[in-house]
Amino acid sequence: MGELTMQERMKIKRHAMPNQDQEARRGNFSEVALGYTAEMARKEADRCLQCKDPQCIKGCPVGVMIPQFIKALREGDMVKAVEWMKVKNNLPAVCGRVCPQEVQCEGHCILGKKGEAVAIGRLERFVGDFELEHRTCPLVKAAGTGKKIAVVGSGPAGLTCSVDLARQGHHVSMFESLHGPGGVLIYGIPEFRLPKSVVHGEIGYAVDCLGIELKTDHVIGRSFTLGELLEDYDAVFLGTGAGLPSFMRIPGINLNGVMSANEFLTRVNLMKAYQFPDYDTPVRIGKKVAVIGAGNVAMDAVRCSVRLQRILAERNATAPGEAHIVYRRSSGEIPARMEEYHHAREEGVIFDLLTNPVEILGDEKRAVKGLRCIRMELGEPDKSGRRQPVPVEGSEFVMDVDTVIMALGTNPNPIVFVDAEGLDRTRQGTAVADAATGRTMKKRVWAGGDVVTGAATVISAMGAGKRAAADINAFLKGENTWD
Amino acid sequence: MYRILKKEVLSDVVKLMEIEAPHVARRARAGQFVIVRIDEFGERIPLTIADYDRDRGAITLIFQELGKSTIQLGRLRTGDSIASFAGPLGHPTEIENYGTVACVGGGVGIAPIYPIARALKQAGNRVISVIGARTKELIFWEEKMRAVSDALIICTDDGSHGRKALVTEPLKELLENREMKISRVWAIGPAIMMKFVTLATRPYTVPTTVSLNTIMIDGTGMCGGCRVLLEEGSKFVCVDGPEFDGHKVDWDNLLSRLTFYRDEEKRALDLYNHKCNLDKATVAEDR
Ligand SMILES: Cc1cc2nc3c(=O)[nH]c(=O)nc-3n(C[C@H](O)[C@H](O)[C@H](O)COP(=O)(O)OP(=O)(O)OC[C@H]3O[C@@H](n4cnc5c(N)ncnc54)[C@H](O)[C@@H]3O)c2cc1C
Ligand code: FES
Repeated sequence: MGELTMQERMKIKRHAMPNQDQEARRGNFSEVALGYTAEMARKEADRCLQCKDPQCIKGCPVGVMIPQFIKALREGDMVKAVEWMKVKNNLPAVCGRVCPQEVQCEGHCILGKKGEAVAIGRLERFVGDFELEHRTCPLVKAAGTGKKIAVVGSGPAGLTCSVDLARQGHHVSMFESLHGPGGVLIYGIPEFRLPKSVVHGEIGYAVDCLGIELKTDHVIGRSFTLGELLEDYDAVFLGTGAGLPSFMRIPGINLNGVMSANEFLTRVNLMKAYQFPDYDTPVRIGKKVAVIGAGNVAMDAVRCSVRLQRILAERNATAPGEAHIVYRRSSGEIPARMEEYHHAREEGVIFDLLTNPVEILGDEKRAVKGLRCIRMELGEPDKSGRRQPVPVEGSEFVMDVDTVIMALGTNPNPIVFVDAEGLDRTRQGTAVADAATGRTMKKRVWAGGDVVTGAATVISAMGAGKRAAADINAFLKGENTWD
Repeated sequence: MYRILKKEVLSDVVKLMEIEAPHVARRARAGQFVIVRIDEFGERIPLTIADYDRDRGAITLIFQELGKSTIQLGRLRTGDSIASFAGPLGHPTEIENYGTVACVGGGVGIAPIYPIARALKQAGNRVISVIGARTKELIFWEEKMRAVSDALIICTDDGSHGRKALVTEPLKELLENREMKISRVWAIGPAIMMKFVTLATRPYTVPTTVSLNTIMIDGTGMCGGCRVLLEEGSKFVCVDGPEFDGHKVDWDNLLSRLTFYRDEEKRALDLYNHKCNLDKATVAEDR
């Protein structure tokens, strides 16, 4: 077959993602999006116009060489596709699954202006999964430099920083307070969206290939302080994320049946409570669940609720119950990835939009029995440009719920800042760091990811880890100085 | 993996384990806790540090076998290993010379009160200790406690050892006795005991520190499952505590939150016992 013309390429329709059956998946934690077949991937790759001035790359926080990997993919050269991918991205199987592509690469794709963008995320996943299975691109470690770096936190920021520094031949120790590496990828994002085998595969491979020393159960600020790390290491990178949950300041948050999305998701994902009692950690889910918020965290929490309710109902032969999203703005402002919102709708989640909780009601046993809410309407745009929701007077009503999950955003965890004089923080508790290099106000300490930006995205955390690694490397090789 | 260096059976249901974890022992102090996980399937269990040995890089834990996880932990032997051991977590006890202090330990609470009493003694305090349990068999570390206390009072509910009383009785007498001049009280034990200790000390306005053992998961401030309601609002026990001013704690809220997973805990325990019985039966049959 000869080269396709531009017109021919533009005629090809975007390939839908094969998904697990809508009905069946409500009752299991297996992955929803099944991934393209090789045939679909090649055909989807055929849609790419190979623009001279590719916009997609500009939309990617780490600048993945998108047209290059897509070209190799459609020419059937998977090894080359992986190579192009790995120039900028160590975790394609993860990013292909969780990046908000519609506002990044795909949001910039020229095809999207009139029709539908190339499914870059799905192609990225296809390449990442191929690599996970075939291991075509072993990471190589340069000759040892004798320099030692402590990376604190093993989420996307810490992992990316560790991999890039280890490739340069430095000795990297990665400290993690939990019992396993991965950060949010392990404790937050559920199995049905990001299988843990993918995360373990990506991390295990990198750690083994590059001899990264993984120190789990190490809580920096407690087991060792930052000051102590600076005595033993030439440089320290903080990628400790923003894991501290916030609760709404409304009456009733300490009732039984109210939890943070982080507690709920940690039980379900990290501790595998959906397999209780095979796993020891339990999770309690009610018949009527309200998840407050509409970001990715809220979508994950509500979709986990749907599944747990269904599993319980099947076990006890009862009705499955309801899971609601309660959000004070309208559907246009929902911050979650588009795909998650659609999947949640397909799975029967009820969206109570323009609704704001004002009180959680409890019964005589201090258990949740309802959620008092007020209706909202959209007023003037605020600083962020979004129309500000304002309460509709006299519109209060009570929702009949027995479980309330708060997904209202998180702040940086303070423990790492113990004994860290000179490391400036903002009022919100985030570390102050230079956006281009990740340098903090404390000498030989870099930071990046959610600990600097507040809750953001996997790819932006990876980007920050990458930039910091480049600067640390230059600093350690004496190519630039601190001041 | 973290090796069990030593195991002692303090009573039928109370076990002591010394576990090798140099990264925890190096900075561990009285009042802090650790999170342990037995194996791949295990839950993260918070346990207060009963003692530490920096030279040997070891932490001593004492725990009561209450549910599936602690029973399973109690069956491990010297030389066995557990999967995770994180810490030291929480803030250490604020040790100063306060004058005369009372240290109250109930049940397994005797274990964590010991390093606090010792540190207070070393700081120059006159330490009066009160330890209590349901019955004689559940009292342990009597000699260790005596060695760090200027006076030691022992109580049991059934009178099988020491005084037949709840720990609050001798405590009230101490507070009543003006010459004693008790300036501070530490109390560690079951939540209900700590509640009654704070009720006992309140009329005397003696500051009373309690160590809370709420439900926890990560132990590092990430989930808020451990939150407790104080006069000034909610706090996370794992990062802000575990010690708090007992007079500010909303005990009824705490007690009710502790029961949230009771059904699941019972289910896990029943299944575990059933499985252990089956295992025993199969072994017997094989013979
Ligand atoms: C439920 C959920 C769903 C999400 N969905 C998406 C999505 O679909 N797409 C997307 O792009 N983003 C998503 N995000 C956001 C994304 O996961 C984060 O922005 C990203 O993980 C941040 O990476 P990080 O490396 O900065 O921090 P984290 O991933 O938070 O990792 C930080 C690590 O540091 C450890 N740590 C913290 N303190 C210490 C200490 N003192 N000592 C040692 N270790 C410490 C933590 O245990 C953790 O493992 C989601 C987040 C959540 C919570
Ligand atoms: S145990 Fe999770 S925040 Fe305290």
